[in-house]
Amino acid sequence: MPALSAKQLRKSYGQHEVVAGVDLTIQRGECFGLLGPNGAGKTTTLRLLLGLIEPDAGEITLLGHAVPQEARQARLRVGVVPQMDNLDPDFTVEENLMVYGRYFGLSDNAIKQRIPELLKFAGLVGRADSRIQALSGGMKRRLTLARALVNDPDLIFLDEPTTGLDPQARHLIWQGLRGLITQGKTVLLTTHFMEEAERLCDRLIIMDNGKLIACGSPRELVDQHIEPSVVELYGDTAHSWAERFGTSLCERTEIAGETLFCYTHDSEALINTLRSQSTLRYLHRPANLEDVFLKLTGRDMRE
Amino acid sequence: MKDFLRPPALSLRFIPVWRRNFMVWRKLAIPSILGNLADPMLYMLGLGYGLGGLLPQVAGVPYIAFLAAGTVCYSTMNSATFEVLYSGFSRMHVQKSWEAILNAPLTLDDVMLGEITWAASKSLLSGLAILSIIWGLGLYQSFSLSLWLIPLALLIGFCFAGIGLIMTAVSPSYDFFMYYFTLVITPMTLLCGVFFPATQLPHTLHQIAAFLPLTHAVDLARPLLLGRMPEHVFMHVLVLAGYGIIGFHIALCLVRRRLLK
Repeated sequence: MPALSAKQLRKSYGQHEVVAGVDLTIQRGECFGLLGPNGAGKTTTLRLLLGLIEPDAGEITLLGHAVPQEARQARLRVGVVPQMDNLDPDFTVEENLMVYGRYFGLSDNAIKQRIPELLKFAGLVGRADSRIQALSGGMKRRLTLARALVNDPDLIFLDEPTTGLDPQARHLIWQGLRGLITQGKTVLLTTHFMEEAERLCDRLIIMDNGKLIACGSPRELVDQHIEPSVVELYGDTAHSWAERFGTSLCERTEIAGETLFCYTHDSEALINTLRSQSTLRYLHRPANLEDVFLKLTGRDMRE
Repeated sequence: MKDFLRPPALSLRFIPVWRRNFMVWRKLAIPSILGNLADPMLYMLGLGYGLGGLLPQVAGVPYIAFLAAGTVCYSTMNSATFEVLYSGFSRMHVQKSWEAILNAPLTLDDVMLGEITWAASKSLLSGLAILSIIWGLGLYQSFSLSLWLIPLALLIGFCFAGIGLIMTAVSPSYDFFMYYFTLVITPMTLLCGVFFPATQLPHTLHQIAAFLPLTHAVDLARPLLLGRMPEHVFMHVLVLAGYGIIGFHIALCLVRRRLLK
């Protein structure tokens, strides 16, 4: 039985269909990514899956329970890391874990026994009595993650867990998440950092305008949607270069500002041509998930 | 029927929410009790002895004995009102504590039930604080009848917490609550017989006051402190409970619409 499945999920606000027929299945022990630009419907999908809001149509089964009808039973076995930290500022680090554990019906003793392990996981040993205001952004995020583990959940929802963190803090969170995946926890992650999805996710879907537009492992998606090599050209003559050589030396080009992206299966001729000139700076790299994402969702700004 | 209008589904899961608020209160218990006590105490003693010295008798008793019951009622009303308005709004809107709780196996119905029972508990605490002064000063006729003010404090708290939660549910910011105090709480305090018998007011105002919950609280509390069984107990209790229950349900529907969209 999968950890989570959703069929033909729909949710509208007024005329605007925010989730427009989403299907997804997450196997136990899998790290599953939900990607999409801002406003794609990721957070609404998460809230539907958790049973916080009712879908207009569709079926959800979360850890064997029908949602939203049995959302309460399902959420007993789920941990959630929300997009915005909502730790309790009235409490210390330890009290936050204690109070949150009680919401799951755990006894004070059971929570007390679990706290040292959670503090260790969060890298907050010795900070048990710190006030929340005294913690850095990274510490708060790690504590929020530890709080989501207080009930030893089978499935963990993370809504943009590393947004706003510096690289050090981000790597610490990734390390923690990999540890959880190794332990066999199922993880559902939304992000708009492609690097994060590429590192952590076994499979992922890309959403845009409430619909699924791609599904697969990061590698599969790159192989399916994008030529393997990318050459990025920078400079004000990139445009005129593209007009002269673009179509003949690579299969597909895209322009974003003063940067020209050349996608190709065989970059040799292109690189040779570029070596013989001196005005254009260029970068040659393998295609990645970000290229897929931008190809599928476009380069326009999202609000 | 619109989904957010469904009746509350109550469960014992509200208890950890109540405990959370109690745990915060315990950290600041002493200043909180003093704060709850200082304002009504000053009014009761200042007006009771100061103004009372100029008055022969009010409704057949010394003014301070008359004022004591009013003080219990309006201080328990204020206590629950402040709790659900300012502290409740902090937890709902500013700290997002409710959203954090909703990710655990609790519903908004549980959270709101935790809030209303906690606000009623705070009214009980301030009611007890005032009562202990009343007992200390001997401002009662029958000790056993005065004990009924303890459950009454809880009921008044429940009533005004229910009404107050409606304001919390629709409020865009803390400033909004000033309207509620200026337009509802203060007029009610003046119309409902807290400081002087409501019969002193023009007939129309007196009639309006009969519909306000604080009137029913005072009509129960005053006879109890003056050593008599109140009249129409069942009706007064029903009005207070009714305001609380209906207020709670309206507030719950509004908060569902606000948070669960």
